[in-house]
Amino acid sequence: MTGGLQGPAPEERPQPTGRRNAQGERIDPEAHAEQDTRKAVVSALVEHEPGVLAKVSGLFSRRQFNIESLTVGSTTVEGHARITLVVEETDAGIDQIKKQVEKLVPVIAVGELDDDAVRAELVLLKVRGEEPDKVHAITQMYEGQTLDAGPRTITVQITGDHQKIDDAVDAFRQFGIIEIARTGQTALSRGDTPTTPGESPAASAESTVNQTDLQIQKETSDDD
Amino acid sequence: MSESASPRRTEDEADAESADADESESADAASEDGAAEPNPVRTGAQAVIAALERAGAETLFGVQGGAIMPVYDALYDSELRHVMMAHEQAAAHAADAYGIVSGTPGVCLATSGPGATNLATGLADASMDSDPMVALTGQVPTNFVGSDAFQETDTTGMTAPITKHNYFAQTADEAGPTVGEAFELAAEGRPGPTLVDLPKDVTNAQTAADPGEPATPETYNPATEADAESVAAAARTLERAEKPVILAGGGVVKGDASEELRAFAREYGIPVATSMPAVGVYPEDDELAMEMVGMHGTGYANMATTHCDVLFAIGCRFDDRLTGGVETFAPEAEVVHVDIDPAEISKNVKADVAVVGDAGTVLEQVGAEMERAPDAEAWREQCREWKAEYPMDYQTPDDEPLKPQFVVEALDEATDDDAIVTTGVGQHQMWAVQYWTFTQPRTWVSSHGLGTMGYGLPAAIGAKLAAPDQQVVAVEGDGSFLMTLQELAVAVRENLDITVAVLNNEYIGMVRQWQDAFFEGRHSASEYDWCPEFDKIAEAFGAQGFAVSDYDEVADAVEAAMAYDGPSVIDFRIDPDANVYPMVPSGGANGEFALEEGQL
Repeated sequence: MTGGLQGPAPEERPQPTGRRNAQGERIDPEAHAEQDTRKAVVSALVEHEPGVLAKVSGLFSRRQFNIESLTVGSTTVEGHARITLVVEETDAGIDQIKKQVEKLVPVIAVGELDDDAVRAELVLLKVRGEEPDKVHAITQMYEGQTLDAGPRTITVQITGDHQKIDDAVDAFRQFGIIEIARTGQTALSRGDTPTTPGESPAASAESTVNQTDLQIQKETSDDD
Repeated sequence: MSESASPRRTEDEADAESADADESESADAASEDGAAEPNPVRTGAQAVIAALERAGAETLFGVQGGAIMPVYDALYDSELRHVMMAHEQAAAHAADAYGIVSGTPGVCLATSGPGATNLATGLADASMDSDPMVALTGQVPTNFVGSDAFQETDTTGMTAPITKHNYFAQTADEAGPTVGEAFELAAEGRPGPTLVDLPKDVTNAQTAADPGEPATPETYNPATEADAESVAAAARTLERAEKPVILAGGGVVKGDASEELRAFAREYGIPVATSMPAVGVYPEDDELAMEMVGMHGTGYANMATTHCDVLFAIGCRFDDRLTGGVETFAPEAEVVHVDIDPAEISKNVKADVAVVGDAGTVLEQVGAEMERAPDAEAWREQCREWKAEYPMDYQTPDDEPLKPQFVVEALDEATDDDAIVTTGVGQHQMWAVQYWTFTQPRTWVSSHGLGTMGYGLPAAIGAKLAAPDQQVVAVEGDGSFLMTLQELAVAVRENLDITVAVLNNEYIGMVRQWQDAFFEGRHSASEYDWCPEFDKIAEAFGAQGFAVSDYDEVADAVEAAMAYDGPSVIDFRIDPDANVYPMVPSGGANGEFALEEGQL
């Protein structure tokens, strides 16, 4: 014990000239621009057990990751489900998302899909039924199906990529859209590449799962 | 927590029905089996206790209550030591500290509803600090779940973000194996708290299922050994460093890698700074020790990390209290980051070399790969100069109130090297970490990430039960101690030889310090207009009490308290205006730490 804390004051100390950006990356402060965000499709293979969807979606909300869409469905392997997430983040953010999701105990594997992955989305549109012929024409133009037609409303289904669905919704606006139900994107990798690393699908010629039949699985369903 | 009948059905009716159902099912299974030695039929609760015994648990901390009663009933016939705490929060902190000190998960028990919600603070604390811990909570019977039944909460939903993983035991058959798995998972890889929610009908029901050997889930496979490529990259980066610093984090404690760290640092002559959870992994009296870095770290640790060219970070998560503003944290350093949890790498600070593996194993791998030591003599000399330039020091004029730093040094002086220090959170915590010279791992037990006031006393109880032969001192603040001092009842009942040193300034001191610095000295709700006499409170609980306000009373009181066989409390009336320095303002540059208020 002498005279308390000593030493040069902050402004008298040497200071480094380097800097990091908000992501903690060393940068050239003169030349650096902030990282741009990009859209990524992340596929997580999970144990199909109660609470798994809540754990995954809770992770996104508490870590403030921007989640654009999320779909869940069973796979060819009993007891496994696939969660497909579309997110928009910086590269560092996407890397964190993959690692944080992978860390959850019921998660088996996580992969990010390439740009050429097969992706699809489904929309149900209920429009006014005054002009059935025109509605039918637009439905055909988008290779959709009419699921219900009555004197006052017509309900159609369109599947396809995100842009096609957006375009279809725009095209149907002229009739007056009453209701829309839209799934998020779901996706699989192209060719032999597994959608998540190390994924080994059950070798079944007659899969009971219809991959286009997208349903958000209720966590309390009988399968659980 | 009292028990009362549900308006719809009594729990006993529900329990009886499901017990009947389970019994007939297990009888069927046994007859189909036809095995010569059928497994013993027991209750789910007995299976839970058997699983804990099999997993190696020894001490449990908990509070009784309606939904957990079957588990407590099973405990009645068990050799496991149960410590009945006064509050569930304290049960969780005691289990947490038990886990830190022993390295094996501490176990806490609580009933449903308020019992489980009271555990939440302790779970969050253990989660932030990656401490191994298992919580078992009672739950209302399964057929009541979701009905807002008496003392029901969605415990798994509530605790998902603050546990490493949690479980809801659906059947008596799975209760035992789930508890075994939760225990293993809590300690495996990056440790953390796990929780098993146990509905009352599940723990009452019969099961003949064999819990099996406890094992972690198949989907959990942390890598212990790092890949050769990243190890080589780490070694090459360190070899060419001219200004290297090792930043040891709590992972070095958790990985029992203190010896490997000491050997590595000395062989290659690299100065060592630590995060707060890592205090003690490297002896603070060693010449390479730079001690703690961050908001209230030493000036020399902050200078060294700010100016280093290679930062070898091991098992740390770059918390904002450590980094200050990330823009100015080690801004010119190549970062080599070792962690067993891949998600920690590049989370807050981008790693130039990512090494995924266990701290001790990786230190040995990198050591084996190193071909030469970095050429860092000039840097070591610079670090020595910083240690001389920014000494940790304080003034003790005779005519001023007692300085807290003096009290901490006196306590350190009076205790062994392996004495365990626990703390609450606030100024007292910082004085304790700054002015106690730590030389052994697992002797510093504090609430780091969550910053939980009231942690010190329950942690001291957990620590003493984990290490009965080591001295335990709880350094507390007056505000922090007031939050959990009811646990003195437990310390007295269990006759735990612990010393509580209250650094009493009649303020929520850290808040007061910030109000002085950043809120124009407006002491909104930080001052105690009236503060109880802690020595008398101690006596009311049956502990020994002391009150000290002068320098010349300190040594005698400490000696008497240490000599007393049982819990004692020393109320140190310290300088109410004493503040904690050095200080890096929140989000500021570590290299610009203030040595006094005028520099903030």
